[in-house]
Amino acid sequence: MAYSLEGRTGAWEVVVGLEVHAQVISESKLFSGASATYGGAPNAHVSFIDAGFPGMLPVINKECVAQAVRTGLGLKAQINLFSRFDRKNYFYADLPQGYQISQFAHPIVGTGEVEIELQDGTIKHIGITRLHLEQDAGKSMHDQHPSKSVIDLNRAGVGLMEIVSEPDIRSPEEAGAYLRKIRQIVRYLGTCDGNMEEGSMRADVNVSVRKAGEEFRTRCEIKNVNSVRFVMHAVEAEALRQIEVWESGGEVVQETRLYDPAKGETRSMRSKEDAHDYRYFPEPDLLPLMLEQSWVDELAATLPELPDEKRTRFCTEYGIPFYDAGVLVADQTTADFYETLAKGRDGKLAANWVTGDFFAAMNRTGKSIENPPVTVEALGQMLDLIADKTINGRIAKDVFEEMVETGKMPAAIVEEKGLKQVTDTGAIDDAVTKVLADNQDKVAEYKSGKDKLFGFFVGQVMKAMQGKGNPALVNEAVKKQLG
Amino acid sequence: MSIFDLSLASAAKALKAKEISAVELTTAYNAAVASLNPRLNAYITTTPELALAQAKAADARIAAGTATPLTGIPIAMKDLFCTEGVRTTAASKILEPFIPPYESTVSGKLKAAGAVMLGKANLDEFAMGSSNITSGYGSVENPWKRQGSDAKLVPGGSSGGSAAAVAARIALAATGTDTGGSIRQPVAFCGLAGIKPTYGRCSRWGVVAFASSLDQPGPMARNVEDNAMMLNAMAGFDERDSTSAVRAVPDFTAALTRGVKGLKIGIPAEYRLKGTNPEILALWDKGIAWLKAQGAEIIDICLPHTKYGLPVYYIVAPAEASSNLARYDGVRYGKRVDGEDLIDLYERTRAAGFGAEVKRRIMIGTYVLSHGYYDAYYLKAQKVRNLILKDFTDAFTKVDAILTPTAPSAAFGLGEKMDDPITMYLNDVFTVPASLAGVPAMSVPAGLSAEGLPLGLQIIGKHFDEETVFAVSAAIETAAGFSALPELRAK
Repeated sequence: MAYSLEGRTGAWEVVVGLEVHAQVISESKLFSGASATYGGAPNAHVSFIDAGFPGMLPVINKECVAQAVRTGLGLKAQINLFSRFDRKNYFYADLPQGYQISQFAHPIVGTGEVEIELQDGTIKHIGITRLHLEQDAGKSMHDQHPSKSVIDLNRAGVGLMEIVSEPDIRSPEEAGAYLRKIRQIVRYLGTCDGNMEEGSMRADVNVSVRKAGEEFRTRCEIKNVNSVRFVMHAVEAEALRQIEVWESGGEVVQETRLYDPAKGETRSMRSKEDAHDYRYFPEPDLLPLMLEQSWVDELAATLPELPDEKRTRFCTEYGIPFYDAGVLVADQTTADFYETLAKGRDGKLAANWVTGDFFAAMNRTGKSIENPPVTVEALGQMLDLIADKTINGRIAKDVFEEMVETGKMPAAIVEEKGLKQVTDTGAIDDAVTKVLADNQDKVAEYKSGKDKLFGFFVGQVMKAMQGKGNPALVNEAVKKQLG
Repeated sequence: MSIFDLSLASAAKALKAKEISAVELTTAYNAAVASLNPRLNAYITTTPELALAQAKAADARIAAGTATPLTGIPIAMKDLFCTEGVRTTAASKILEPFIPPYESTVSGKLKAAGAVMLGKANLDEFAMGSSNITSGYGSVENPWKRQGSDAKLVPGGSSGGSAAAVAARIALAATGTDTGGSIRQPVAFCGLAGIKPTYGRCSRWGVVAFASSLDQPGPMARNVEDNAMMLNAMAGFDERDSTSAVRAVPDFTAALTRGVKGLKIGIPAEYRLKGTNPEILALWDKGIAWLKAQGAEIIDICLPHTKYGLPVYYIVAPAEASSNLARYDGVRYGKRVDGEDLIDLYERTRAAGFGAEVKRRIMIGTYVLSHGYYDAYYLKAQKVRNLILKDFTDAFTKVDAILTPTAPSAAFGLGEKMDDPITMYLNDVFTVPASLAGVPAMSVPAGLSAEGLPLGLQIIGKHFDEETVFAVSAAIETAAGFSALPELRAK
C-alpha cells in the first residue's frame, strides 16, 4: 500500500528528492594542503588559500577525486572521465573567496542507482542524478559575542560530495531508508564517515505534493537537515504544510526553508525572488579534470565489497535468511565480525548468536561493535563448544553471560563451573525415571492424549540435571520411557 | 658614461668582473628613485633599506662565486606581486594596509636569483587600465615628452609604473603582468621592450588576480636581451599554479642571435585598421622591410576574428575579475569600513576601497555572468575566444611568427581619452588577441613618432615558442637601432 497523506480533498502523494552533502575523508582539503580533520582549535586548519588571500590558487587533491570516483562506483553510477569545476559566486562571511568552487555543468559522476529496503521487505530503486565535488564553507557562529559573529574556517575548503537523487522518493520512510543506504555505502567505501551529528553528512530535502497521476507541483527545498529522523519528520511536516496551502486555495511558492526540530515544522528562509544568482562560470584557476579509464578501473578493482553484494553472498555462503543478512551487513564492522565468526562454523548458529544475545549484550552494556562485549575469538570458541557438544545451547546462554561479565574465555568458564554437557545415557535415563516417577499424574494425562506435556518432562529432566543434559539424548530417553 | 647607462646585461657583466659592486649600483638607483619618484610616482612603495641589504648579500654572493646573472641587479616589482613583509596594494585602496605573509613564485624566483628590489611599482588599480590613471595612489608620469611640450603623458598601463621606472632609469628592469596588453602597451609608450610570455610559462601564484585565464607575468626592460635574462629567472613550472605549464625552460638568451633567415613572418591584414595613425602603419611597413632584408619570408595571413578581440576581452576579463575581486570584503585583511550588519560592511568597504574603473568592471562582469545574460555574453564570448585561438593556430601552420604594431597610437596626454572608457579600451586592440589566444608576444621599440614619442612593434609567436619571438625581436631591435632617451631620467 503506497504511502499517502489524507487531506480534506482526498489523498496526496508526497514527492521527495534528496541532495546529500557528504564530507570526503581525506588528509587535506580539496584545494589546499591544510588538514581536513574534524576538530582542532578554531581556525587552526586554515591555509592562505582557504582564507582567500590575494594571489592564492587552488590545486586539486587527487585523493578527493579518487574518493568521489569510489563513491560513484559504489552508487553504480557513470564515471565521467571529463569533468570541470565552476565557481558559484555569493557573498558570505564564512566563504572567504566570495565563491565556492563546485561542479555545475560537468559533474565527475553521472546517473546511478541505489536499492532501498522498506519495513515490509519491499525493495525499491532510487535513481541518482549525479555526484559532484565541491568545497565546504566555514562555520559562522552568531551566539559567541553580543554584537559580532565569529568565523571558524577549519571546515572551509574541505572536500564535499553532493549526491543528488532523482525525485523518486515517495514517503518519509523511503527518505530515511535512502539516506541510511547512502550513509551505509559511503561508510563501506571509507569515503565519508557519515557522521551527521558532526555535520560531515547533511541533506537538503526537496519536497512537493500532488494528486495521483498529476505532473509534479512546485517544490520547496529544506536546507541542511542533519539526522535521518529529522529528514523523515521534515518530509512529513513540509508535505502537510503544502497540502494545507493547496487545500485552502493557496499556491505553494518555490523557496528555501529550514526545519525546526524543536517545533517539528519548517519555516521560510528565503523566497525565489531573494534567491541568489550564483553566476556560475568555469573556474579559470583549474584545468578540466581528465581521468584515465585505467585509473578508474584500478579504483574499481580495489573497491571493498558493497553491502548489497555482501548481503547476497552471506545468504548463499552461510545459508542465513535475507533479513538476518541485512541486519548483519548494516555496517561493515558488524559484517566483518560476523564473517570472522561464521568462517568454518555453522553460519546460521553464528547469525543467531550475533543478532540475538550478542546485540542484546552490546545494547545492555552500552558497548559497540568496535569495542564488543565479548571478542569474536571468545564467541567463536563458544560456538565450537556447542558444535562439539561440550555444552548445549541452554548452558551456552549462561556461559555467554559469564563471558560478558568476566571477560573469561568460554572453555575456562565451562571447566571452572563444571558445565560440561552430560551425554552419559545411564545418568540421563536415571534422571528421566525419577522425573516420571515424581509426576505420575502428568504421565497419566500424557498417555490419555495430552501430547504437549512432553516438553514439560524434558524441561523437568534438564532442570534436574542443572541444564547440562544433552538435549537430543534427553528427548530420546523421555520418549523411550514414556513408551 | 654614467652607471645608469649600463643595461641589465652590461651591469651583470660589470658586476661579475667586479668593476662595480652591487651596493654601488643599488645606492645609485636608490638615490635616483629618491630624486625622481616624487615627480614620476612610478613606485607606490620604495624599499631602499631592503634593497641595500639585498645588494650587500649580492656582493657576498658574487664574491663567493655563487652569483646568477641577475645577482645584484636593481629592479622594480609591479605592486601586483605579493612580496613577503612588503606592503602589496595592487594600487587599490582596499589593500592599503595589506602586508603579505608570503612571496609570489615569480618575485621569489627573482629574489632567489639575487635580484635587488627597489620598490613596488605603481599600476592601474588591480591592473585594470591602459594609462595608469586608475591607480588608487595617483597616476604615473611618462618620462617621455612630446617635442616642444611639457604636457604630462601617460606611461600606458596597467604596468605603467614599471615602464616609467625603467624608462626614467630608476630601475634597471621591472616585472609586469599582462592581461590584455599591460606589459606590451606601456613598454611601447616608454621606448622599452617587454614580453608577455605564453600563458602558463610564468606562475601566477601570489600575483593578485585580475582575470585568471589571461593574466601572465613577464619582464620589462630596456632591450630584448635584458628581457631574455629576466625571463630566464622568472619562468618555470609551479605546482602551486594548476595552469602553469609542465615544460622545461630554455635559455632564452641563446635565441637572440639566431637571426630570422628563412623564418616565415605573417602579416595579418586585419590589423590594418581604418583610422589607424599613418605613422604606426609606416613603422609597421619598416619592420616588414627590416625582416625581409635579413632573410625572412613575408607572408600575408588572415586572422579573421580579430575584430571580435576587444568585445570578447571586455566580457571575459571583467567576468573573471568580478569573481576574483569578491574576496576583498573587509573581513580578513585589507581595508574595512564597519557597517550595521554584514551586507552593510561589504557595501561600505567595497564602495570606499575600489575606484571607479574597478567598480565599472565588476558591474560589467557581474552583468555578463547573470542569469539570462550568461549565454548571450559570457558563453558567446568564450566561443568566439576559441575562434580567435583557432585563427592563431591556423596561421601558425603557415608562419613562424607574426608582426603587428603594438598600440594604435603613441603615449597620450594625462587627461586625454578620459571621457569615454570605450576610447580607452581601444588602446588594447592589437594586444588583446594574443592574450585571448595565450600565445607569447613581445613589443620592441622601433622608432619615434613625428612628435618624438616612442612607437613599438609587436612580435607574436607560437605557444611556448618565446625563442622565435626573441629572435625576431632582436632582429627588429638591431635594424631599428632605437637609441632615443627621454630627457627626464637618472643620469
